[in-house]
Amino acid sequence: MQKLLAWIDDRFPLTKVWEEHLAKYYAPKNFNFWYYFGSLALLVLVMQIVTGIFLTMHYKPDTDLAFASVEYIMRDVDWGWLIRYMHSTGASFFFIVVYLHMFRAMLYGSYQKPRELIWLIGVVIYVALMAESFMGYLLPWGNMSYWGAQVIISLFDAIPLVGPMLSEWIRGDFVVSDATLNRFFAFHVIAIPLILVALVFVHIVALHKVGSNNPDGVEIKKKKGPDGIPLDGIPFHPYYTVKDIVGVTVFLMLFAAVMFFAPELWGWFLEPDNFVPANNLVTPPEIVPLWYFTPFYSILRANVYNFLWIDAKLWGVIFMGLSIVLFFFLPWLDRSPVKSIRYRGGMYKTALAVFVVSFFILGYLGTKSPEVISLFWVKNVYWVQAFTVLYFAFFFLMPWYTKYDKTKPVPERVTGK
Amino acid sequence: MKKLLILLVMVGLPAGAFAAGGHKSCGTVECDAVDIDLGDKASLQRGARIFVNYCLSCHSAGYMRYNRMGRDLGISDELIKENLLFAADKVGDLMKAVMPKEDARLWFGVAPPDLSLIARARKPAWVYTYLRSFYRDSKSPSGWNNTVFAHVAMPHVLYEWQGDRRAVFKKDAHGVEVFERFELQRVGSMDKQAYDRAMRDLTNFLTYLGEPARLVRYEIGIYVLIFLAVFLVFAYLLKKEYWKDIH
Repeated sequence: MQKLLAWIDDRFPLTKVWEEHLAKYYAPKNFNFWYYFGSLALLVLVMQIVTGIFLTMHYKPDTDLAFASVEYIMRDVDWGWLIRYMHSTGASFFFIVVYLHMFRAMLYGSYQKPRELIWLIGVVIYVALMAESFMGYLLPWGNMSYWGAQVIISLFDAIPLVGPMLSEWIRGDFVVSDATLNRFFAFHVIAIPLILVALVFVHIVALHKVGSNNPDGVEIKKKKGPDGIPLDGIPFHPYYTVKDIVGVTVFLMLFAAVMFFAPELWGWFLEPDNFVPANNLVTPPEIVPLWYFTPFYSILRANVYNFLWIDAKLWGVIFMGLSIVLFFFLPWLDRSPVKSIRYRGGMYKTALAVFVVSFFILGYLGTKSPEVISLFWVKNVYWVQAFTVLYFAFFFLMPWYTKYDKTKPVPERVTGK
Repeated sequence: MKKLLILLVMVGLPAGAFAAGGHKSCGTVECDAVDIDLGDKASLQRGARIFVNYCLSCHSAGYMRYNRMGRDLGISDELIKENLLFAADKVGDLMKAVMPKEDARLWFGVAPPDLSLIARARKPAWVYTYLRSFYRDSKSPSGWNNTVFAHVAMPHVLYEWQGDRRAVFKKDAHGVEVFERFELQRVGSMDKQAYDRAMRDLTNFLTYLGEPARLVRYEIGIYVLIFLAVFLVFAYLLKKEYWKDIH
């Protein structure tokens, strides 16, 4: 065995890679609950790829056959229902995990120097994931698949001059059709997954270059022992591998509970309208994306006024684009001298709380008709406008409230809490 | 604990605050509750019988095969051949309607929808309420109407069971006609209880038809969760053992 390893090491840096990234990668010893979601995101990615491979063995990307082939998987393929539910439940859990992972970065300032590039790569991963799930959602060819794609692609129409040409180019047709389904299949099963895997690889390489942040936002590399090992660092393997197994098991229990007992999750994970085959003559009563897009869908629908010679629809597209693009600027919008929320003052805590509440309310209202009156005799659209303003205020006011916020002194070493 | 509470409030607030009703759950009326129990094989078999004898003339269940249904519901291939195979030759065939789609479109103005997934696209309670909400309406082309699905093209196929009914409407505070109650004009072969029971069987069957995997996924799910729970204990102990000297 030793000989074999030596033989390989002469030709490939196996031991070196193992040590650099696992056995001698020193992670802070004070990781808490929020630090499970990175490895969980990786787990879900692998699960989506594996179940996806099996689904393509029976799925048919053809407008006449797609819907029936999914039902064929659900009924006639042995364990097909399990693979399909793993994939559909996995899609939603992917976003849950990624949102929590991103929230962790915002709690502990993980995007701050020197980890800006990790954050940027992460946001690109998130955008790629959005594209991946949007295209995957068309594949079952249900009525919501069809109309969802129709609505979202037609957003490009709002772009002046090139818009209509662009959306036609994306669809490969004047409407969502067989050409669209086929290219979305190609993007969903190979193009974007390749990009995702590559980006995740780069994300981890960048992380291991600078080292992980932690709930105290203390740089553990600043205090090293005589052996050159950070005093507050412990080898990722075995400490965090065994810890992550616990996290994975709890995660799988939640995952299995949904997948086996409520795979539709009352319409939040699988929508009732998608159990009707795509029909270009019948629109669903309310065209809504799945839950993970609804905050942005709300922002898209928030503006109803034409102003500055730009019509309301284009403003909607601009605002929605901006609401995602702003995440890229987070490392430079944040002027706080401290990283972790533990040592930040009330202003940042309030801002983050307002942001999270806005995100959830926008997400909820994204599934509802804007015209309906829900709370305090006010139409939903006005609520959406109010919370859209708060959403943007979190980013646009960040340079000020982080600068003037009263921070607490950061300890030299991690607190071990 | 305090932090967790804050988080819960932040998450719970939007859903709680904006959860507003207004819509009726079943068209112009509220849905009636239906007791769905896929463990009740006898009910599923009775439902299958009604489905094949009445629904399958016009509607397909085009994603489902006869013998798959047979296997799941404990109906042998021989029994299927003798009793249920009106619209197909082989037990492995998909359950297609007897009536050609083109004819249906001509007669009803719209092809009857495939029913394989109707209980998933609509809720079982919707299906159950719909099946029990037909009434005579001389203004509608088929001579029938439905409080759950206004101006539905489908006539009341089972009126000989339920009997002939008309709907009584009243004006509400805004002067809008709202449904008040049904009036039985001619008694059918079943009383209300028997008809409700038959429709419950049919809805039960349609729920099964929407997702045959539902027969097994609960049971498998329990075993998976038990396995994971046991695994969690060992995973936790392993973690504790490794971490005992980290402070």
